[in-house]
Amino acid sequence: MRRTVTGTALAATLGVALAACGGGGGQDSGAAARSHGPIKVWYSNNAQEVAWGKAMVAAWNAKHPKEKVTGQEIPGGKTSEEVIGAAITAGNAPCLVFNTAPAAVPQFQKQGGLVPLDDFPGAAHDIEQRTGAVADQYRSPDGKFYQLPWKSNPVMIFYNKKIFAKAGIDTHNPPLSTYDDFLATSRKLVHSGAAQAAIWPAPTSEFFQSWFDFMPLYAAETGGTQLVEHGKPTFDSPDGRKVAAFWHTLYADGLAPKETYNGDSFAEGKAAMAIVGPWAIAAYKGKVDWGVTRVPTSTGAPLAQTHTFSDAKNIAMYTACKNRGTAWDVLRFATSPAQDKALLEKTGQMPLRHDLAQTFPAYFAQHPEYKTFASEAQRTVEVPNVANSVKIWQTFRDAWEASVITGKKDPHAALHQAASTIGDLAASQ
Amino acid sequence: MSKATVADPRSRAGSRLRGSLPPLARLVGRQPIGTAFVTPYVAFLVAVFAYPLVFAVWMSFHDYFFTAPGAGVPHPFVGLDNYATVLGDDQVRQAFLNIAVFLVVNVPLTVVLSLVLATALNAKIPFRSFFRAAYYVPYVTASVAAVGVWLWLFSDGGLVNSLLGPLAPDPSWLVSSTLAMPLIAVFVAWKQMGLSVLLYLAALQNVPRELYETASVDGAGRLRTFWSVTVPGVRPATMLVVILATIVGANLFTEPYLLTGGGGPDGASASPVLVMYQKGIEQGDPDVASALGVVLVVCVLAISLLSKRFLERGDR
Repeated sequence: MRRTVTGTALAATLGVALAACGGGGGQDSGAAARSHGPIKVWYSNNAQEVAWGKAMVAAWNAKHPKEKVTGQEIPGGKTSEEVIGAAITAGNAPCLVFNTAPAAVPQFQKQGGLVPLDDFPGAAHDIEQRTGAVADQYRSPDGKFYQLPWKSNPVMIFYNKKIFAKAGIDTHNPPLSTYDDFLATSRKLVHSGAAQAAIWPAPTSEFFQSWFDFMPLYAAETGGTQLVEHGKPTFDSPDGRKVAAFWHTLYADGLAPKETYNGDSFAEGKAAMAIVGPWAIAAYKGKVDWGVTRVPTSTGAPLAQTHTFSDAKNIAMYTACKNRGTAWDVLRFATSPAQDKALLEKTGQMPLRHDLAQTFPAYFAQHPEYKTFASEAQRTVEVPNVANSVKIWQTFRDAWEASVITGKKDPHAALHQAASTIGDLAASQ
Repeated sequence: MSKATVADPRSRAGSRLRGSLPPLARLVGRQPIGTAFVTPYVAFLVAVFAYPLVFAVWMSFHDYFFTAPGAGVPHPFVGLDNYATVLGDDQVRQAFLNIAVFLVVNVPLTVVLSLVLATALNAKIPFRSFFRAAYYVPYVTASVAAVGVWLWLFSDGGLVNSLLGPLAPDPSWLVSSTLAMPLIAVFVAWKQMGLSVLLYLAALQNVPRELYETASVDGAGRLRTFWSVTVPGVRPATMLVVILATIVGANLFTEPYLLTGGGGPDGASASPVLVMYQKGIEQGDPDVASALGVVLVVCVLAISLLSKRFLERGDR
């Protein structure tokens, strides 16, 4: 019983016990925006980003001894969003988090945890100058920026050249551009015994998993449409149904397993393809001789016209921050061309700059394998910045799992029903 | 009746003594060291269990979400709205149904297997100490590590399916709507077996030897002795094991979260606590999650009381 009580009160404990440490949310925002002094920042905990974060903080501190930045990895938790949400409630969130998921922004904003960057003179202009038209996807419904678009990981199709060669498939220009081509290639890969699975996205029910199966293909099929636009779901459409039918075939024909792989199926050679962004390249180094191509569309659109999901992580400023003037300066420093170049070199992730390839020509000349990602980074689609974002994605995922993956429901009917629920969620605050 | 009307002279003396003590002494009692030892745990209970529980009940009747300090968001009273949301949610109903399946498989399995094993381990068998320790190992092993082993055993291409060959279920164990929850129930029974066996071993020490001797004199066989002497003799332990199994079932989280990838397939192994986590933490609805928690506590209490009454009736 004691454990049940603990479970029951988990949320309460977060809200109450941590709140005791709090403070800072209610200060005058104008004064805070002008205040300078030491600040804390959090960054992601993967090795490449830790290296970049440490170097960035050291570079700042060397030039600004009176405005010292203390950097650390995001504390451990089931997800970064949970940890940040708890820190907002406790009032001890850092000034900046260099790993804020766009899907979590509406919730953090509702909690009163985020500082609108428009508080700083010229901020909106700076963001638009750096990121271009894509920046609009990151505006909140009130028209303000509560996040600075930082870096994207355009989701594409990685393929294992060795496995493709074993199955007798062209490794330089594999037939993967249309749904029919993709399915035929997948059958060849599995039926020849070259790989256990053609592709192995996580078939689990976490709300974010649809960003790595449905969303990239839907963005490509529709030419850049978000899941919800103007408060209305868009996916209960012929394009949405085509994408669902494609994945349903992969699962039904045993080309994509319905069971989770415990590990990295692509890196371990169990799956011939992976649908992921360039952050994963570091994990494949020395393990897989990989190639990359755009996600398929029903008509086989060329790369220059293919959109995909961004898998972006952004930078947000939190209301517990007292020295927001310094935080804004650090934010600008961390997204300067020099730091973006360092980020690109250390992590292979794409800074959300509209002129990425032109800004860093030497890097892309030295790393031609990243050129495709740089090109695709100009056509990324983000999660909709609407209220109830996580609930919307969970509703979609539940419908997807029940129909496309397990086949218990008709995909058409399931998407239709999910669209109705999501419409209500998007309309409510 | 007479007991109730005759006052205990010791308590009268105690009252007189307390009445004559200074305020501080009255506060700490006649055994201040004992009070000092107890106070930290009482404070712990109040801070970690009592206060959050009361707060969770309060939340369940209000429109509540977590906010930054000073955000100044009102939390109006909403009556039973959160409870209506919980009870009208298909996902919640499915989760409670899943737990019912879990209990139907897990509780009898735990009780029968642990009693049989405890009886065997209570007898003079070779390597008895080794076996006693071996059955306890899963209980003290981290769930995450144990789940890792079971994933390896029961995945589609795992050891169990390899052994079963053409008899392997399709879809496989962890992605079958029919088999996922029973498999979790078996996993939990295996993992908790060490504790149940320990409880039964302790209970078996209290069964009088004379009863076994009498049964033997009466010509009872081993099975008859087990059924007529051992089973009734360990009934209090059975009650404890049933209640503990019910509570463990109600608190299920790690197994559906890790073993079946978040309560899959299609919610077939989702538990109420997993749904609480999704709603309260992931989706930012702690008020609805609290209402679900309160419903869960009430259900666990009801099942525990029913189990107790049922087993006590058998005792008479």
